[in-house]
Amino acid sequence: MSREKIAEFADAIDDDSALYRDAGAAKAAGYPDVIAPPTFLTIINLAAINAIVADPELGLDYSRMVHGDQRFTHHRPVRAGDRLQLTTYIDDIFARAGNDFLNVRADIVTEDGEPVCTTHAQLVVRGQ
Amino acid sequence: MAVRVGDELPGLSVRVTRAQLVRYAGASLDFNPIHWNERFAKSVGLPDVIAHGMLTMALGGRMVSDWLGDPGRVVSYGVRFTRPVVVPDDDEGALVEFTGKIGEVRDDGTVRVDVTAKFDGKTVLGKAQAVVRL
Repeated sequence: MSREKIAEFADAIDDDSALYRDAGAAKAAGYPDVIAPPTFLTIINLAAINAIVADPELGLDYSRMVHGDQRFTHHRPVRAGDRLQLTTYIDDIFARAGNDFLNVRADIVTEDGEPVCTTHAQLVVRGQ
Repeated sequence: MAVRVGDELPGLSVRVTRAQLVRYAGASLDFNPIHWNERFAKSVGLPDVIAHGMLTMALGGRMVSDWLGDPGRVVSYGVRFTRPVVVPDDDEGALVEFTGKIGEVRDDGTVRVDVTAKFDGKTVLGKAQAVVRL
């Protein structure tokens, strides 16, 4: 996680908080370096979701899939310099009212195993 | 900060333009063509290019962290994506209006903020909730 990518993401959502750009301001607020916006980890979470969706063994029809919901639970803020590992799990698969639902979780930890964030997404594959 | 259930956050109105979608696509690494290619969006049955749901979510998060002052105090944040935000090819863009209200004050020093996002008179996020540490 780089300072540059965090600043680029903050710019893209027009968020001018100094804590995303100024390491001095972040330190004054008690952080070792600049921190990232609450949804920043989408940059690695979405790729993990797409990898699941593209798995031929699951046989999902990507053209009929939509992102139903998304949640981030932060164990601590993401900060510049973090090297993160992401492990995804399919927590549940079920059918309801002709649609298929997948509940996908990702545990995101530092290289040393410190928990940083847990993400939950529900993917919906619409019926024919 | 003393807050009570029902207190409202300062709202946020954003005009989401095609230029912002392109910028967000690059920043978030989400290059799905429904967010930038009108021809493709229409071919899959959408009325036009639509905003990334995750962008709408991020803008709602910005309203919460602007109020909080420290985005590092957002403990959790989740939304359902209920309707698309359709973004026309003009300079005005799509007006999305966010409001927030305290839904619960907890004993552990956290509060739940209930977020609403409206586009074209309709809500586009469902059950959008942030838990924050004051």
